[in-house]
Amino acid sequence: MAEVVAVIASTHHPFYYRANTATGEDRPPFADEWVRKVMAFRETLTRARPDVLVMVGSDHFHQLWLDNMPQFLIGKAPYYDANFYNEEREFGLPRMVCRGQEDLSAHLLREGLDAGFDLAFSNELRIDHSITCPIITLRPQNDLPIVPVYTNIFAPPLPRPKRFVQLGRAIREMVESWPSDQRVAIIGTGHLSLELGGPRQFGPHGPDPEFDRKAVEWISSGDIEGCLAEVTLDSLHLPGNATHGFMDFMLMMGVAGDGRKADYVDTYDLFHTMEAYFTWFPDGGGRS
Amino acid sequence: MSKYLLNKFLFTVDRDPELVERYRAEPRATVEWWEGAYANRILGCHEGESSTWLGFDDVEREALASHDYPRLFELGAHPFLILTLFIAMFERDHPPLGFQTEYARRLGHVRLPYPDIAT
Repeated sequence: MAEVVAVIASTHHPFYYRANTATGEDRPPFADEWVRKVMAFRETLTRARPDVLVMVGSDHFHQLWLDNMPQFLIGKAPYYDANFYNEEREFGLPRMVCRGQEDLSAHLLREGLDAGFDLAFSNELRIDHSITCPIITLRPQNDLPIVPVYTNIFAPPLPRPKRFVQLGRAIREMVESWPSDQRVAIIGTGHLSLELGGPRQFGPHGPDPEFDRKAVEWISSGDIEGCLAEVTLDSLHLPGNATHGFMDFMLMMGVAGDGRKADYVDTYDLFHTMEAYFTWFPDGGGRS
Repeated sequence: MSKYLLNKFLFTVDRDPELVERYRAEPRATVEWWEGAYANRILGCHEGESSTWLGFDDVEREALASHDYPRLFELGAHPFLILTLFIAMFERDHPPLGFQTEYARRLGHVRLPYPDIAT
């Protein structure tokens, strides 16, 4: 059976690529430390020596639209073109092509449906920065096949937080039941407190540093029950109007396991939002 | 009131560089053209299979035609769509992050709970 060799959760700050590649006067003062932190974070994936990446993210009204909005969707395609015109325009992101792993996609779809998750699928999916940002930060050589898993954190009505946790637990079980000798890393990105298109956006920090502090503690300690006791669809409006993306972190807590402390934790307080990086090594050290 | 159609306008204009420039330069004419030519188009269907019933009310049409993004926010248009398109149109006229902070300032009167964005 396949082995989960790393579980990784992070934010997906779309300006990292531009900050990392900027030079001279265009390079922001926070870029060097940001790059240093990302390089250290990248090492946690490298050390796990994965063969395949399951990538959990959320389309930001790029391909998926209100005329046909899935709650949970698995990509099943041999290739995935990536990034959209408005992401190139606003964030300076490059066009990319990622290879797919259709066997694992098919396995997740079949097992997920049989486990009670009514998963949508796509045979022609163009992925956006929720998945390409972690490729850029964690695997910039883009040499591994991926399975995209999209969640709806964007267009109400949304699934409840508990459902994200349940899907995360199921994804972990399904990957481990995949009849393959492949080493799989499960990577997901979400938001801490975040405001987009509202009055609290683009401040010197994220809109709710206290929520960020609690969120990092929940994630790093694997405190799923404590998190579920405080986080609801209604409560997530309070730290910022885009904070529902935190549910993708909750999904990743489900993947990592109840009470499972992260083996690697780092944060970076930037304007607009807090960056956060977490890695769990199921074998305890990522040295297998 | 159709939050869906407001969002559809923002979504379809934002992904087309020509329409972004057209909406920046001639907002009222662009909204009028879009409502006639585009509002009922089902994305992924040919034009012979368009819808027959979608249209703006006067308040929505005026908010779009006057680039009134605080009003669009109050009407429940999706904030991500508003922000992305208006950055594309007006960031160029400000210093770095200047438009984003101006946007936040113009919405400074807004208190929780924010307008419902469910469609």
